[in-house]
Amino acid sequence: MAEPSTSASISVEINGEVYEREVDARRLLVHFIRDDVELTGTHIGCDTGNCGACTIQLDGQAVKSCMLLAVQADGAKLRTVEDLANDDGLNPLQQAFSSHHALQCGYCTPGMLMSATALLEANPRPSEDEARTAIQGNICRCTGYQNIVEAIVAVNA
Amino acid sequence: MLLREVEYARPGSVAEAIQLLAGHEGARALAGGQTLVNVMKARAASPDVLVDLSRVEELRTISVSGDTLVLGAMATYTQIMGSSEVEVSRPILGEVVAQIADVQVRNRGTIGGNVCSSDPTNHLPPLLVALDASFTIRGTGGERTVAASDFFLGVYLTAVAEGELLLSVSVPASGNAADGFAAVTIGRDGTCIVSAAACLDDDATRVAIGCVDAVPVLVQPERSDPESIRGAVTAAALDPPADVHASADYRRHLAEVCAVRAVQQASERGR
Repeated sequence: MAEPSTSASISVEINGEVYEREVDARRLLVHFIRDDVELTGTHIGCDTGNCGACTIQLDGQAVKSCMLLAVQADGAKLRTVEDLANDDGLNPLQQAFSSHHALQCGYCTPGMLMSATALLEANPRPSEDEARTAIQGNICRCTGYQNIVEAIVAVNA
Repeated sequence: MLLREVEYARPGSVAEAIQLLAGHEGARALAGGQTLVNVMKARAASPDVLVDLSRVEELRTISVSGDTLVLGAMATYTQIMGSSEVEVSRPILGEVVAQIADVQVRNRGTIGGNVCSSDPTNHLPPLLVALDASFTIRGTGGERTVAASDFFLGVYLTAVAEGELLLSVSVPASGNAADGFAAVTIGRDGTCIVSAAACLDDDATRVAIGCVDAVPVLVQPERSDPESIRGAVTAAALDPPADVHASADYRRHLAEVCAVRAVQQASERGR
């Protein structure tokens, strides 16, 4: 990809499956995930990088998929909210969100879960402060955050 | 959001990146994209060609060379926060980048992107002016090093000319110096309304104030007591912009407050 082009052929691994697609250079990663690969669990909230509803993991790090171009994810391993639940149902983090009433309308939840997942992988027993820092880039307009923080702290407590 | 059509290239080396930047009109370097992609959405910037630096590995290195800490332009905030070289040589850098935006932005945002966007509300321009950093820039004509005071030229404008690339930012190791940083922000880790960075060395006090002009304003009070600092800030006759967050008068007031706080933090550490 040394010569400039308005589109490119990319290969992206999402939740363990490899997708190869031709995409426009101007296509945002979140649109690639939602519209091309049809994994609609990742939400678009503000589309300005503020709300964090589009948070996914890219090579193990939480990122906002509305602030990346799809071509930038070429060769990367992505993880979206669809990968969290296992055959037995909700994973422990999702279960904690449910039992702590950490969601109301649910729109921010996929992003919250992906930010919390990145935190818990690096730090399985976070303090309340650490949980708050981890979701600093995720806006929730329903819950007031308290139950979300409690849920995250409770997962491995 | 649908961006304006743009061409994209992903060089594998600095030489290739410079060739692309110099050889295509309207080409622009894409670092972490945490500013650029958003301004492209708003059509405040409309590059014709994006030169993605993500595969130029040599730009990601953080190293110490003698008494100098060298940060590759593509070093991310998260990388800087976790760097033992930074922790040992100039810990204030890790502390300040930890205050930028949020985890997701810090995972992608880079020191090079931060300084090259030269947004007056960014954290790093005043800090790097206070620390007397220098910037290594390369173009087809060769490489040059620019002092912080000559790097920031205006809002969104730096010494990096068209066709050139910022390679690294060099910061002197602390030595006997002690540093501080204070800001009043919109929300806990939001955009700065006014910021100030201070560096106290054996015989000099350097305070750089952000958000009060197009570029950081450097003041060098003769002593580090609060009265001297307030006096030096007043003498700088700041003419800051007014916006919804603060009037010009209030920014002038905050400039003194932040300058005093930054110096106090530095002197507490220097003891």
